[in-house]
Amino acid sequence: MEDNKLYTLLVYSENVAGILNQITAVFTRRQVNIESLNVSASSIPGVHKYTITAWSNEDQILKITRQIEKKIDVVKANYFTDDQLFIRETGLYKLSTKKVLENPEISRTVRRHDASITEVNPTYTIVMKSGKTDEIISLFRALDEFDCVFQYTRSGRIAVTRGKQEQVSEFLEQREQNR
Amino acid sequence: MQHNKITGSEALMRALKAEGVKTMFGYPGGSIMPTYDALYDYTRGEKKCFDHILVRHEQAAAHAAEGYARVSGEVGVALVTSGPGVTNTLTGIADAMLDSTPIVVIAGQVPITALGTDAFQEVDLVGVSQPISKWSYQIRHARDVAWAVSRAFYIARTGRPGPVVLDFTKNAQTEEIDWEPVKVDFVRSYVPYPKLDNEALHRAAELINNAKRPLALVGQGVELGNAQQELKAFLEKADIPAGRTMLGLSALPSDHPLNVGMLGMHGNYAVNLKEQECDVLIAIGMRFSDRVTGNIKTYANQAKIIHLDIDRSEIDKNVKTDVAVVADCKESLPALTALIHDNYHGQWRDSFKPLDEQERIKVIEPAIHPQDGPLLMGEVVNTVAQLSNDDAILVTDVGQNQLFATRYFKYRRNRSICTSGGLGTMGYGMPAAIGATFAAPQRQVCCFMGDGGFQMCIQELGTIMEQQAPVKMILLNNNYLGNVRQWQDMFWHRRKSFTKMLNPCYEQIAKGYGIPYLVVTVREELEAAVSTMLAADGPFILECAIKEDDDVLPMTPPGMNVNDMMLEI
Repeated sequence: MEDNKLYTLLVYSENVAGILNQITAVFTRRQVNIESLNVSASSIPGVHKYTITAWSNEDQILKITRQIEKKIDVVKANYFTDDQLFIRETGLYKLSTKKVLENPEISRTVRRHDASITEVNPTYTIVMKSGKTDEIISLFRALDEFDCVFQYTRSGRIAVTRGKQEQVSEFLEQREQNR
Repeated sequence: MQHNKITGSEALMRALKAEGVKTMFGYPGGSIMPTYDALYDYTRGEKKCFDHILVRHEQAAAHAAEGYARVSGEVGVALVTSGPGVTNTLTGIADAMLDSTPIVVIAGQVPITALGTDAFQEVDLVGVSQPISKWSYQIRHARDVAWAVSRAFYIARTGRPGPVVLDFTKNAQTEEIDWEPVKVDFVRSYVPYPKLDNEALHRAAELINNAKRPLALVGQGVELGNAQQELKAFLEKADIPAGRTMLGLSALPSDHPLNVGMLGMHGNYAVNLKEQECDVLIAIGMRFSDRVTGNIKTYANQAKIIHLDIDRSEIDKNVKTDVAVVADCKESLPALTALIHDNYHGQWRDSFKPLDEQERIKVIEPAIHPQDGPLLMGEVVNTVAQLSNDDAILVTDVGQNQLFATRYFKYRRNRSICTSGGLGTMGYGMPAAIGATFAAPQRQVCCFMGDGGFQMCIQELGTIMEQQAPVKMILLNNNYLGNVRQWQDMFWHRRKSFTKMLNPCYEQIAKGYGIPYLVVTVREELEAAVSTMLAADGPFILECAIKEDDDVLPMTPPGMNVNDMMLEI
């Protein structure tokens, strides 16, 4: 059995209802949990982009990718490892303003982690940090030490490939040409 | 001002006509009534262009559409109402998905204003059918009908075929629109015929040219691609013996010298053993089902594996390939044939013969030519095959009837077998046979069923009666769910848990439906009874009282290696 790794699937689909269901069903059938999921518009008009991460092995993730790409309205599906992608996630930290003011070490920690304070009011302070998963988690752990965190959330991963264009635009051009 | 507007239901009729539909199988109900009203005019009088076959249960509409599609090569159509009407077709949809059968199921749906309200006979059809269909789409407005129908047929019939579901809301059926025909022959996100990779083709040819012991595995893909001639040319040029999957049985005529029999758990002995001896395995339009491979870990490990398939997701799914040729075999087979050398593998082919002989003596002869004892399934199948000149269409149900029938029936022509391979759907036989008779009215359709499967869609005797559909039903009655009983005997300490059946009097049932009936209890009556059945113009039920505890052999027990196939228990 191969060791599990974190894979990122980039899936492009037509903007029609029900695709998300079809994609997640492929994971469910193969008993692979989705770690994070982000859906947004892509750079191509009318094409949606799904960024999905999952712990699995390459054999399994290849099969999942092909089964997803087989869906009629899925344009392309590919899987990547972290070194092939530029990756970001965002963490939001809602802190007690009282504690932030009492303990200057909290602000220093925020700065040291390259995070920014985006909103302050007498009750709470919102800190935002984008980065990789472990960086965001590490800031949470540091802040939690000060017992100042009201709420914390981390977004799904978004990623772009290290190549120039969305891979899928070339494919679509070819498809239209050979029509 | 002239009123040119038509309803969505009328648009559906025009769109179906434009797709070349001739026959549909269906059952009306509340949410599909506007469509059935439009259908009224299209099934009689000067506008007539469809035959609509009223089934007795919607499951049968889906299976009949499957049988029709399998035999005709056209898309089968089922028309049903919402809610229970269409949930009854789900078994057929799943069956068509696993067996790559092109059908379009059109179901009524509550109007969009009622969607999501748990309205009467509302079911989330797209939600429940998506995982078991190639495409599932809800038509919410009449203006989408022409596009959706054309797209549905395009998707169902192209690439690797499969079932498509159209969820037709009631408001879309009644809304009025200006008719504009639409022809979909391109979907940018869907590549039905992948481009042939020449490099892969050359690598495949090299492996085949250097092979000493090549073996081809022929699946239904060959038939779906209409590549039977191309297959023969390929096999004959390189002199490659070929086993066929259950669904691929009629892709190569039974009497072809390179045919080495059926693959799989109850297939032929030699070819199963030879899968573990060949040096190059060439899989053509087949998917290495667990029923073919047995224990996947030990399967054909010694061989280089070439996989020709139209569906990329089948490559490396079950068996790791050395060379994958992803394309329509109608295209890839001739391209490969052009690259391979004329060859002769006489010694390799001869090595099958002693094993064939062992199987013939130990299994086949006792099954088809028993000297005494009760009537056996094998001999019934063999007699029907012979007396129909090996030229009938075989339809089977699922279970021992299917395994005996597929083992001992013979095929001369393409598209001569309808059987539920992937899903293993009991109850498939009778309705699929109805569909087959409409697809090929000039051909003999012989449907083998056990007493279990016969009763799973027994209501379709009503359809057969009404249509006088000339289905020759061979009821292999052993008063048992025979295949499960065999497994109980073999693997569950002979504890026959709920496999014995108390059966009705089939003669009276036949009488009730006005279908000619004969029963055979002794060997001496078999030939005459089969001849009578085959000579009948319309439907016929031939009940055969067969041995209670006959076992299908040979057998590779589940999970075992294919070379551990047993000739006897």
